[in-house]
Amino acid sequence: MARMPGKTLYDKIWDSHLVADQDGESIFYIDLHLIHEVTTPQAFAGLRAAKRGVRRPDRTLAVADHNVPTEGQALGVGAVADEEARLQLQTLERNVKDYGIEFFPMGDIRNGIVHVVGPEQGRTQPGMTIVCGDSHTSTHGAFGALAQGIGTSEVEHVLATQTLRQKKSKNLRVTIDGEPIPGVGAKDYALAAIREIGTAGGTGYVIEYAGSAIRALSMEGRMTLCNLTIEAGARAGLVAPDETTFDYLRGRPATPKGAAWEMALSYWKTFFSDDDAHWDREIVLDAARIAPLVTWGTSPEDVIAVTDTVPMLDSFTTPDKRASAERALEYMGLTAGQPISEAKVDVVFIGSCTNSRIEDLRAAAKIVEGRTVADHVRAMVVPGSGLVRAQAEEEGLDEIFLAAGFEWREPGCSMCLAMNPDKVGPGQRCASTSNRNFEGRQGRAGRTHLMSPVMAAAAAIKGHIADVREFL
Amino acid sequence: MDAFTRLDAKIAPLPLANIDTDQIIPKQFLKTVEREGLAKGLFYDLRFDGDGKVKPDFVLNRPEYKGAGVLVAGDNFGCGSSREHAPWALMDFGIRCVVSTSFADIFYNNCFQNGLLPVVLKAEEVQALMEEAKGGNHLVTVDLEAQTVVSPSGRTFAFEIDPQRKEKMLKGLDAIGETLEKAGDIDTYEMKRALDRPWLEDA
Repeated sequence: MARMPGKTLYDKIWDSHLVADQDGESIFYIDLHLIHEVTTPQAFAGLRAAKRGVRRPDRTLAVADHNVPTEGQALGVGAVADEEARLQLQTLERNVKDYGIEFFPMGDIRNGIVHVVGPEQGRTQPGMTIVCGDSHTSTHGAFGALAQGIGTSEVEHVLATQTLRQKKSKNLRVTIDGEPIPGVGAKDYALAAIREIGTAGGTGYVIEYAGSAIRALSMEGRMTLCNLTIEAGARAGLVAPDETTFDYLRGRPATPKGAAWEMALSYWKTFFSDDDAHWDREIVLDAARIAPLVTWGTSPEDVIAVTDTVPMLDSFTTPDKRASAERALEYMGLTAGQPISEAKVDVVFIGSCTNSRIEDLRAAAKIVEGRTVADHVRAMVVPGSGLVRAQAEEEGLDEIFLAAGFEWREPGCSMCLAMNPDKVGPGQRCASTSNRNFEGRQGRAGRTHLMSPVMAAAAAIKGHIADVREFL
Repeated sequence: MDAFTRLDAKIAPLPLANIDTDQIIPKQFLKTVEREGLAKGLFYDLRFDGDGKVKPDFVLNRPEYKGAGVLVAGDNFGCGSSREHAPWALMDFGIRCVVSTSFADIFYNNCFQNGLLPVVLKAEEVQALMEEAKGGNHLVTVDLEAQTVVSPSGRTFAFEIDPQRKEKMLKGLDAIGETLEKAGDIDTYEMKRALDRPWLEDA
């Protein structure tokens, strides 16, 4: 008897959300739409112009995160000094009110970075489709949800129809097996995967992460990994849900309770890739061979081990790549062949949707405890949400950071993209737990080195890029 | 959305790989609540120095490329942030078509929402076009109906494009209006979903 071919996790989520096919495109249903102040004003304006409503305000949640200041949030939006940012925040306030959308405003303890808030509230659940006008929406894939970033026109489309039009992507599996060496974690896995795939290599794919090293990761680690999937060009990353996922979800504000929990749980358990599923491409990495990693250039694929030297120009194969590398070295103020650990840092940023969750802060605090930030370094911690901040304070982590000389700030996207007043100055070098080292990303002419929270903590103490293993 | 059919315009070369949307339109221009007026921020850090002075060497600042309607750039154009401000800024500046070997997914998709045509050519074709764009004659013809780019010297490069996307761009169709034709199917899906996954209904 002919048997149906196996399906990947992505195939299963896709199939279970198909509404219709139209003109060769699929219309698929969106279970959760997260919105924020920066990529929605034009979408609501479009709705108004076309006299359209929001189809499912109850499946939409709004936060204020991209341009909020990271101090004085209790003073309210009226006190935001930047006039344009204030107008944008006020526009969101008006839009959510007009359309009846739930909103965690700036200063609300539940507010924070959209990709921290969704999971923390239990809104993000396995088997869901999730979108947000932000490329790092891939984060939510850590729960086995198909989560992707969309543009503002598509935000308007989802508001109006609760669906998205798309053609299906291909399936790429990244398997990471083995035991990591001490000091290495999810951020290093992600950077290793991006180095392997390249920033465009994942274009047209959805990536599923599998293997024993992935299974061993906490939900925070899986979120870091899925978050960075977009830096490999893939719109979505996935980790199949398991007991770690269910343990994380149990008891959160928006997760089902009682009999509904049992019902949801048995549904969630159907979301895994079948053994005989077809993969269009496969990559296998050995966790034991991944060292603590940092970026040296201006693309997230510019990855080396902390013990390495900056690559020589003749190691780049195409003229385009060589030109980009040359430009990157000049921009970064580095010389080919120099040990990366010689690079002195001016700023250390622990935060962003990649690495601002409680586990990230605990890990960094462990390195920082009883030590002092180097004199010339400005170091800051920006928790991912008000709840993360409160939890960290309950555990006394704020005191550890403050005693060492870190700033302890209020939640938001902050210095990851520097839309708010937190910026890296021209020519300054920043050890950052964020996701993009693009030119000017953290401030005009600022120089970003991406790394894990423990590596950033080590850099803060040493005053230069440093191997966290010295502190273990 | 603006329709795109055929374009006769100057082509400007940008021989860099991985041009990300932060470079196309830096963060300080994302605080707007409008779609229009973003031309001022396009490639801001490439066009202007730290004091806001024009960098005369940057291709779009050079007089021979004034009014360029087509860009030819290196691999993986538009990577990074999902900001639709990137195609808005390009369009507002007068760019209606970008040619590259590859585009990042979200940017590529955003282009089609706005009538900005992303054209994918083979590496050697992009290289040839890049070289010609650096020469004395900068006029190209991009014909979406015929799926061709005719270079300044008259070479014709054919490109592939998804037929549905092509059709919509030729006509400037509104995706929301089209999807709403299927509103009945969305209703049916929602009813089924409410039965299958009731816990999602009482959030």
